[in-house]
Amino acid sequence: MRRFLAVLAGLLTGAAAWEGYKAVGNPDGTVLFGVRVLPRADDLSMPHLWTIAERLGAPELTGGRPVWRVVVDACLFTLGITTAGFVAGALIGLALAVAMQRFRVVERGLLPYVIISQTVPLVALAPLIAGWGGVLMPPWATVAVIAAYLAFFPVAVGMLRGLQSPSAAGVELMRSYAAGWWRTLVTLRLPAALPYLFPALRLAGAAAVVGAVVGEISTGTRGGIGRLLIEYAREATSDPAKVYTAMLGAALLGLLVAGAVSLLELPLMRHRRHVEVATL
Amino acid sequence: MRRNRIFASIVTASALLLAGCGTADSAVTTAPSGGLTPIKLQLQWFFQAQFAGYIAAVDQGFYRAQGLDVELLEGGVDIVPQTVLAQGKADYAVAWVPKALASREQGAGITDVGQIFARSGTYQVAWKDSGITSAADLKGKKVGNWGFGNEFELFAGMTKAGIDPGKDVTLVQQQFDMQALLKKEIDAAQAMSYNEYAQLLEAKNPATGQLYTADDFAIIDWKTEGSSMLQDAVWANTEKLSDPNYQAQTVRFLTATIQGWAFCRDNAEKCRDMVVAKGSKLGTSHQLWQMTETNKLIWPSTGGIGVIDETAWKQTVDLSMTTRNQTGDTVLTKAPEGLAYTNDYINQALDAAKAAGVDVTGASFQPAPVTLTEGGA
Repeated sequence: MRRFLAVLAGLLTGAAAWEGYKAVGNPDGTVLFGVRVLPRADDLSMPHLWTIAERLGAPELTGGRPVWRVVVDACLFTLGITTAGFVAGALIGLALAVAMQRFRVVERGLLPYVIISQTVPLVALAPLIAGWGGVLMPPWATVAVIAAYLAFFPVAVGMLRGLQSPSAAGVELMRSYAAGWWRTLVTLRLPAALPYLFPALRLAGAAAVVGAVVGEISTGTRGGIGRLLIEYAREATSDPAKVYTAMLGAALLGLLVAGAVSLLELPLMRHRRHVEVATL
Repeated sequence: MRRNRIFASIVTASALLLAGCGTADSAVTTAPSGGLTPIKLQLQWFFQAQFAGYIAAVDQGFYRAQGLDVELLEGGVDIVPQTVLAQGKADYAVAWVPKALASREQGAGITDVGQIFARSGTYQVAWKDSGITSAADLKGKKVGNWGFGNEFELFAGMTKAGIDPGKDVTLVQQQFDMQALLKKEIDAAQAMSYNEYAQLLEAKNPATGQLYTADDFAIIDWKTEGSSMLQDAVWANTEKLSDPNYQAQTVRFLTATIQGWAFCRDNAEKCRDMVVAKGSKLGTSHQLWQMTETNKLIWPSTGGIGVIDETAWKQTVDLSMTTRNQTGDTVLTKAPEGLAYTNDYINQALDAAKAAGVDVTGASFQPAPVTLTEGGA
């Protein structure tokens, strides 16, 4: 309940800041020494919140479905892509982390590539992967691949740290029990890694959303919120509120995914106390 | 321990190998479906009336009548049609001539086999009260441009008018929309006659509460300034053009494409409906405007739709080699080598279309006026 109130207060503050700035800000923006330091507050740049709300209720095109339905549908489509990308990315990240923990050679050989993988710009990668659409997999799946590509990284790196976190004493204790690698992994390393895993999963969730939205924009995959964003952005000349409805959708999608990931935490974090005992 | 290490190196090596394989091109499988040859056509952008002729040729079964099962691939922000074509991921592509020639210079083996748009649709739009009516008036102004190779007609026009684009004007990178012009952040904005210009006329003037009209704006048309370049053309794979099967297929593809565009000339509203049915997010009045303006870029076509006019081609190539943008780059460093364009296939296609009773010149084409509504809805 308190959490809910806090969220509500945050939203209200945001709305008040938007409308407040519109009320006091210069419609032409504030320019200092030729550099715009404060944005324009006119209706074209910052439509009133009620204009955006009105736009959500109005039909997208004459006689068409209301904008909010279109935005929600697009969000659900992108949520599907995000989920697929997130799950695939997390599993790949986990597998890589376990392999890297198990074999030093793999860690030394692979970790630099894992890090380099994130420096490849998406704009270079997306057209390449888009080419697989319709040949190797349906077009939406190519976007999921991009999402997974961004999502696996925090999991791989975070989980590796987590798997390596048990103290030497803990590992030696397991060895004195004659526990094999698998036993040690399941009973010691995995529980110890959980506190590292969840922040990594949250990062992966956010990365998967970004990957899905940017991937849609980049490859032009239809149906999702990324594509909708760019289509509405092109109409910003005559319908400036429309693009904000899509942005709102994208923001909601991000919150939804973040919320879902933290729900994952609830049943698993009960083990945390065991971890502390085991690592002592 | 030692065994483990060997095992580990194998795992690492195969993981790296797999990662390497991931970037390799996948073989395109071409399975015939019901006797039809599957064809992929890569468009430059999302479905809109700019591509209505191809959409109509699919919808009206013109391609099927030629034994082709054509799939239209939508573009995206990072999809470069001529690259997709050169990589063999599409059989044909629609692309602007200067940009495609630039890719060609970098090694893309592609040939212009049909110059669907005979004229350029690029404008530079200013406020009427700004007094800007020609390229020469841009001196000292803030000039919006899209960059990424879409700006060369503007730069050629300014250069021709004696303006140094690097010094005499302030260049501003323009967004997808025309807000910068409406907010008067820039004095002149780049716009396509069939798209962005219409968006201006769909916006409400806060001073009057009415939509802006054509009287509010002044247009610099690069066609009259003599710096226009060829735009939408059908490109084919140069290497495959030596294969008689691909040659015959290209003629059939172009024949049906001509039929599609002729259909849209005579049935603008039907084509508008087809484009809307394809899921375009642009409104119906905007889409009809785009259809009409696109038709104007094609029809009337004195030599027949798709024939590459040597004078226009030469002007495009010359401007591509001589015009410098603000960073001093030209589109091309030397004249295109090899088979950059050919009229062989379009002429055969025109004969076939004429034999089928299609009017391929559209000499009597009269565009019907379009009334735009707010937001293009």
